[in-house]
Amino acid sequence: MTAVTEPTAVDPVKEESSSQKDQTPFRRFVSDFAESKVAVAGLIVFLLIVLIAIFAPLIAPTDPYDLATVDILDSRLEPGAQMMSGTTALLGTDGLGRDMLSAMIYGLRISLGVGAASGLIALMIGVCIGLAAAYFGGRTDTIIMRIVDLQLSFPSILIALVLLATLGKGVDKIIIALIVVQWAYYARTVRGSALVERNKEYIEAATSLALSHRRIVFKHLLPNVMPPLIVVGTVQVASSIALEATLSFLGIGLPVTEPSLGLLISNGFEYMMSGKYWISIFPGVALLITIVSINLVGDRLRDVLNPRLSK
Amino acid sequence: MSVYIIRRLLQAIVVVVAMSIIVFSGVYLIGDPVDILISDDADQEDRQKLIESLGLDKPFHIQYLTFVARALEGDLGDSFIFNEPALLLILDRMPATLELAVASLLMAIVFGIPLGMWAGLKPDSFFSKSIMAGSILGFSLPTFWVGIMFIMIFAVIMGWLPSGGRGDTTEFLGMEVSFLTWDGLSHLFLPALNLALLKISLAIRLTRAGTREVIHQDYIKFARAKGVSTRRVILVHVLKNILIPVITVMGLEFGSLIAFSVVTETVFSWPGMGKLIIDSINLLDRPVIVAYLMIIVFMFIIINLVVDLMYSVLDPRVRLQDVKS
Repeated sequence: MTAVTEPTAVDPVKEESSSQKDQTPFRRFVSDFAESKVAVAGLIVFLLIVLIAIFAPLIAPTDPYDLATVDILDSRLEPGAQMMSGTTALLGTDGLGRDMLSAMIYGLRISLGVGAASGLIALMIGVCIGLAAAYFGGRTDTIIMRIVDLQLSFPSILIALVLLATLGKGVDKIIIALIVVQWAYYARTVRGSALVERNKEYIEAATSLALSHRRIVFKHLLPNVMPPLIVVGTVQVASSIALEATLSFLGIGLPVTEPSLGLLISNGFEYMMSGKYWISIFPGVALLITIVSINLVGDRLRDVLNPRLSK
Repeated sequence: MSVYIIRRLLQAIVVVVAMSIIVFSGVYLIGDPVDILISDDADQEDRQKLIESLGLDKPFHIQYLTFVARALEGDLGDSFIFNEPALLLILDRMPATLELAVASLLMAIVFGIPLGMWAGLKPDSFFSKSIMAGSILGFSLPTFWVGIMFIMIFAVIMGWLPSGGRGDTTEFLGMEVSFLTWDGLSHLFLPALNLALLKISLAIRLTRAGTREVIHQDYIKFARAKGVSTRRVILVHVLKNILIPVITVMGLEFGSLIAFSVVTETVFSWPGMGKLIIDSINLLDRPVIVAYLMIIVFMFIIINLVVDLMYSVLDPRVRLQDVKS
């Protein structure tokens, strides 16, 4: 201990600190991740999308839900046409005269918000349940995994359908439905890797120190099961955004007062037959870019964090 | 073995009962169907009569027990909207959904396996890489959006195929089907392809993985050394060995095709069960919602039960482990 803390004259301090920096796990992870140009591009696009969603009111050319500025005379304008207020509608306007670009930026905000909120809560619930199953084992484990297996044997859309048919519409309802759909994936992932970690020496050491269950589970076990969890989390956020869009498109997801991308696509669908493609297509493209960019990042994370693939 | 079957059956029954309570109480709680069914100018007396005739004035548990008793006799209540038995209404739409799902399954096998084999045999060629990139897209694109794109490209812009509906149907084995007429077939193609995309991607991945594993095996080397033509090696020796697991998995996906047909049917206005349930949810047609959910959950429980039993026959470890725990 003392030998390390006391600086010796011989040490080339600068060089050592830089090589040490390269050695931290996080640095190694970043440089591994950056090896794939596609994944970096995906990450940049995704971060841009998040920024757009956060700063929506500042970026959007008009406020599509301010009834004072929306003019019905502007409805179904082609992309690039000028609106009554003088603003150019770059991506056209929808059936109610709202600027598509602005509506999409606000819609992105709702889609991402619902996806992230449900993902985070499902993650927390799933992690707690999965860790409990792996750590306590025995009967607890059997019962929990029965429920998880049972749920995963039904397609996600069916579970969401059952829930939304019974709960009704609403932001809170769809978030609940998405949480119920997702928690089992997290629980299964966490349990799988926690079962392996549980038998390792450091857990045995922590147990023999008579630390509380809580402390062992959250301070010792949890950090070591994070990598697979991050991968599943990224993929799940993308799929929950897609599922929310699908449900809203079907008209059983978000109410009309919360127009997410899925709802915008649905609104435009009726105009498509008459050749007014932009109302449906552009929100669709935005949804697509969001999902694909998250999946690209998730794919790369899987490659980087999977211990079987790294040499 | 019999212990295992009994345990599984009991489990299935518990799930059915639990689902019926969840579905019934959930549907019972949303909205008041009377508001939708009665015109605004109906007086209090008419209102009361209708509520009584629908049994909506009784307490919840009585309504549930009546529902269960009737359900056991095969009566899931009458639709509020169509005034027909809900079960009949759903069974009436079932052939359309089944036709769509079967067509999609066939497409997944017919397109997925050859493409997957190609990708497995020549993993480094440009075409194979495109196939794999395409399968990633197939996994990540939302079905409904692809459906909309199909309609826009093939129906609106090109005008090659109709955008929705079922077209001419003919009677086949007592069911109305589309695939026997040219018009029906043209209506079936886009929705079936749309529904199949996810499964095509799955088939490609499975076949590719299987092919890459099989081509390095000794019996393939032996066949080549014997001078069997490449064509025969691929079509007979390789294909035979990867076909069974791929087809098994695809068969297991049939249930999920039926569940996802909800989306495709809505996009292409295909008159199946999926479209019916979405319409019923929007119209608060309680008996139809409950009946549909019960039927589909029941279907899934049966599918899962059969799959589990099949696995336990094929792999004794599954049932032994289960009995032990």
